Amino acid sequence: MSEPALLNVVLYLPVAGILLLLAVPREQESLMRWLSFAVMVVQLVFTVMLYSRFDSADPGLQFETRLPWIPDWGVYYHIGLDGMNVLLVMLTAFLGPLVVAGSFSAITKDVKLFYAMVFLIQFAMLGTFVAQDLFVFYLFWETMLIPMFLIIGIWGGERRIYATLKFVLYTAFGSILMLAAVIYLVYSLYTSTGVTSFAFTDLYKTELPLRVQTVLLAAFALSFAIKVPMVPLHTWLPDAHVEAPTAGSVILAGVLLKMGTYGFMKLGFPLFPDATQFFAPTIMTLAVVSIVYGACLALVQTDIKKIIAYSSISHLGYVMLGLISLDLLGIQGAVIQMVSHGLTAAGLFLMVGMIYERCHTRELAAYGGLAKLLPVYSVFFMILTLASVGLPTTSGFTGEFLVLLGAFRSAWAQYQQGIGYPLAVSVTAVTGVVLGALYMLWFAQRFLFGTDKAPHQPLKDLDFRERAILATIVAAVFALGLFPDSALQKTELAAKQYQQLVATERAKMGRSVQRVATESTTRSAP
Amino acid sequence: MHHLLTLIVLLPLAGFLLNGLAGPRLGKRFVTAVGCGLPILAFLATVQCVLTLNAAGDPLVERVYTWARIGESTFDVAFYFDRLTAVMTLIVTGVGSLIHVYSVGYMKEDKGYARYFAYLNLFLFFMLLLVLGRSLLVLFVGWEGVGLASYLLIGFWFEDAEKARAGKKAFIVNRIGDAGFLVGMFVLYSTLGTLDMDRINAAFMASPMPAVSASLVGILLFIGATGKSAQIPLYVWLPDAMAGPTPVSALIHAATMVTAGVYMIARLSGIYVHAPEASQVIAVVGVLTAFFAATIAIAQTDIKRVLAYSTISQLGFMFVALGVGAYGVAIFHLYTHAFFKACLFLGSGSVIHALSGEQDIRKMGGLAKKIPVTFVTFAVATAAIAGLPPLAGYFSKDEILWFAFASERGGSPLLWGLAAGTALLTAFYMFRLLWLTFFGRSRMTPEVEHHIHESPFSMTSVLVVLAVFSAIGGFFSIPHFLEPLLPMPEAKQELHHLETPLVVVSVVLALLGLAAAAFFFGRDAERANRLRPRFAGLQKLLYDKYYIDELYDRLITRPLYWISDRVFLRIGDRALLDGTLNGLAGLAQRTAGALGRVQTGNLHLYALFVLLGSLACLLLVWRHV
Amino acid sequence: MADKVPLLLSLAVAIFALGLLGVVVRRNVLVMLMCMELMLNGVNLSLVTFAHQTGTAVGAVLVFLIFVVAAAEIAIAIPIVLLLVRSKRTLDLDAYTDLKG
Repeated sequence: MSEPALLNVVLYLPVAGILLLLAVPREQESLMRWLSFAVMVVQLVFTVMLYSRFDSADPGLQFETRLPWIPDWGVYYHIGLDGMNVLLVMLTAFLGPLVVAGSFSAITKDVKLFYAMVFLIQFAMLGTFVAQDLFVFYLFWETMLIPMFLIIGIWGGERRIYATLKFVLYTAFGSILMLAAVIYLVYSLYTSTGVTSFAFTDLYKTELPLRVQTVLLAAFALSFAIKVPMVPLHTWLPDAHVEAPTAGSVILAGVLLKMGTYGFMKLGFPLFPDATQFFAPTIMTLAVVSIVYGACLALVQTDIKKIIAYSSISHLGYVMLGLISLDLLGIQGAVIQMVSHGLTAAGLFLMVGMIYERCHTRELAAYGGLAKLLPVYSVFFMILTLASVGLPTTSGFTGEFLVLLGAFRSAWAQYQQGIGYPLAVSVTAVTGVVLGALYMLWFAQRFLFGTDKAPHQPLKDLDFRERAILATIVAAVFALGLFPDSALQKTELAAKQYQQLVATERAKMGRSVQRVATESTTRSAP
Repeated sequence: MHHLLTLIVLLPLAGFLLNGLAGPRLGKRFVTAVGCGLPILAFLATVQCVLTLNAAGDPLVERVYTWARIGESTFDVAFYFDRLTAVMTLIVTGVGSLIHVYSVGYMKEDKGYARYFAYLNLFLFFMLLLVLGRSLLVLFVGWEGVGLASYLLIGFWFEDAEKARAGKKAFIVNRIGDAGFLVGMFVLYSTLGTLDMDRINAAFMASPMPAVSASLVGILLFIGATGKSAQIPLYVWLPDAMAGPTPVSALIHAATMVTAGVYMIARLSGIYVHAPEASQVIAVVGVLTAFFAATIAIAQTDIKRVLAYSTISQLGFMFVALGVGAYGVAIFHLYTHAFFKACLFLGSGSVIHALSGEQDIRKMGGLAKKIPVTFVTFAVATAAIAGLPPLAGYFSKDEILWFAFASERGGSPLLWGLAAGTALLTAFYMFRLLWLTFFGRSRMTPEVEHHIHESPFSMTSVLVVLAVFSAIGGFFSIPHFLEPLLPMPEAKQELHHLETPLVVVSVVLALLGLAAAAFFFGRDAERANRLRPRFAGLQKLLYDKYYIDELYDRLITRPLYWISDRVFLRIGDRALLDGTLNGLAGLAQRTAGALGRVQTGNLHLYALFVLLGSLACLLLVWRHV
Repeated sequence: MADKVPLLLSLAVAIFALGLLGVVVRRNVLVMLMCMELMLNGVNLSLVTFAHQTGTAVGAVLVFLIFVVAAAEIAIAIPIVLLLVRSKRTLDLDAYTDLKG
């Protein structure tokens, strides 16, 4: 199969899945489930082909498709893979079959609609990652809202309406501001160069004054920061996770949150390098606040899904720290941490779903001594918990270690030049490893050890399907923990490009005089 | 031959996987064969490696694979074997194998037999990673890994919430130390661009020295060591760790894991040689910890707790040696301590086993004749730890005391004084333990007394081997063996003549401790019991470990929870953030409601509005036309 | 006929105004419909006048268009009114407030 076609096949396979589902009669729920699973597996196979054919040494876009769509506006249907999105596409495709398989026994009403929504959201997420045109990106970004709204709203828990409305309105609010910023950005490109284009590569070349960049960055950052989520824009996440069905939580934590960090990495920071450098201390502070605040809040929760939700906030704080460090180790660490968190959070939410299907409660106080009642379950739980905490040999360690090392190295260099703040922030971030161990082990303690208690005993341990799902995730976790090099090679060139785009010389000059708070002036168009 | 080091590391890992995944199904014999056999093989492989070390002690280096390449940074997984590693690896695999064999008898009745050996092998794997690693990264992987194994093994009988909690405490306190360790690693990497320990040492020994304060790095790394090696202020997890099975206490919390901090500092001696401030801190913390722990040990009544505090104290001695630049001597004490402490712990395990689970020494007594092998080995090991010549402990402790007094790099009479005082207390509380456990009339219940039996051969044989090494191990001079790698510090010239008198003093102190213990605790502790009411307050203070655990709880744990709950959750998340959100949503709803009153449903009104609107538009157009 | 144009236009405006007033003021639904027809016819008259004034057929064509649209509109409006009356049992416009809020 030709290269661009392969990517398009992967992207539109979920759409084909929806069409196939429509043809299935209403009563044949089992057929629907297996059909959905099959489609996801096929997508995964093709994605693996994409991943293996990805050339680490090629700095440009691969598997590119560029077709005119609205040429007068400069809008092209432009998709492609580069180092930044290849891992995320792989993650999305990897989680697809697991999401479908994980909800076999959990979803019993409106099965067809459910899987159609899962396909739709898969399509939207993949589209966001592979889009290379801002119009296409925004389109896919918005598309993701509706299926998520329905998934939480129809198959969710008690307060699902509140949770889903909160999620949608919060995210949409950010998106509206981003739309305004997008339009202004394209307009500035037009006024300065006479070219109307939505393509990323063209937009990277805009040179705007610092004041303008700040406003635009704020608009983009708002939208992405809500998605990540960064403190203080995070309060939608615990509610959304708690009320969502298991599959919804897995999609949300596994991939959706990465769309925010991907947005920062692909758009937010490279488009506005001067503003990014100017506000780097603020962003760094917010990242570390996320790490610490998220961990502290996880410590005092009583609902097991909320614990994992707050731990997600904490973990993604590391990603933001890595991205803003502008150090290659930090950036690569951030990418690995994205994937690692996707795997461990997905695994943990799947496990919560499994226990919920058996005991129908999410109250931590209702559980105890599960290591005795469900030994196989406990082993997987322990492994995923430790991966989440960043135990060496797991992917969590790779991510956290590289992020912290990169952030520290960058901070140390700045300290040599007399700027001490980043160093203080980096050292504070290291305390995150202690807090992480604290809440996760406290959780494991109450959950797995001590006297055994759980509602609806006797409990059945994991069946083959559940074991297979978790074993796949655990295998991936260890693979990334022990042999991260193959993944890192694929993302290296993109990480370097990101670094070059953001840490421009002009921006660095601007930063060194930032204390006097001057702005860089507009350059006239060539 | 080329991959022997990798083999040493992978053998226990294979044991873990085999016993963990297939153990329960394949039965006890399989588990025993794999669980004990593989460590023994690893030991033999180590011996082979030692033999291939040449006379100059050039290190064997094996690069296994590249973990990550990022930009110009490369992180390799590589193993490094020089004389220091040789000593450590021999201890880990040798004593480790012995303890595995002991566990066969000790854990025979436990239904988690396969799981136990799996975890024990896992521990061995990580410990070998730690000592064989070439870079701090590999060391750190092993460092955290042994913490994990410790967590799993302390909480082995997890149905008891207390025991599980002890495991959690160990992991978290260790992590606090690890945070400091990580920052130290980061500083090293940011300034030197490498984490390979041999290169780091070379960089610090070269001139000009790297532009980073060696003391800063030294102290940061030492913070990690205080966590792992149970020094002030992060020692609090070790006594609680006694909740695990006794062989675990012997292996992990006496012979190997807790010595990791000592090893790490000795390995990075290149930094510490140039870090006088850091070395000072290490020596002071070491001696204070040693003294502090010894005072607590004299009041404890659980046989394992006495030994736990004793371990903390002996580790303090090792740090004193490190602090005054006598790195080889510290390793020497590590080596002798491994033998006699393991012997003591396993001996206590034998006692507990004989007494069907009793651990309180107030309920023991008169066991000397009933479990003779245990008694003799325990006595030998006690004499060794007290420092009675010519047993192993005498040699190593004596060197430490000498360098504490006379080393050019920080020796002082004050340091020596506290250390000597600790030695006195050590002899005292150890012989107290011996007397209360084995001598006098029996204070056991008839039920327990009925079932007393000597331990099986798998256990007693190990005890004998360890006792023998506790006796003769001191004759192999480790400091001399490590001299090319870890040169001894110079002793102050003017104090040379005091060397022999000091030796005499330490022997006298040991005998004094023995005599005092016999005096107070002989004859069923008659005199001690008489004196106790007079010192009730002091005794309670020591018994309750100076209330440090309670202090930590009040100063750190509870405020953390309080802030997280009250401030962050209730005020921050709920009131402030969610409140703002819900407030905005409410505002929008109310505004919509107010504006909605225009929709009366009355068509006439609508028609009127249309009319007025069109008139307004017409007027506007009229004005601008 | 040119001098009659102002008169005819005033007549058209008057018819339109009466119709508009009727729509706004009257409460009976059927009367409202009749007034709407009046408005349309007022416009028709003005269109015919202009057509005659300019001599082109454009106005007349538009008148035909309006006839057709008005007829279609009445064809739909009357049944709607009938259905409304059947449910509310009154021809009073103020009773139809279901679109409130």
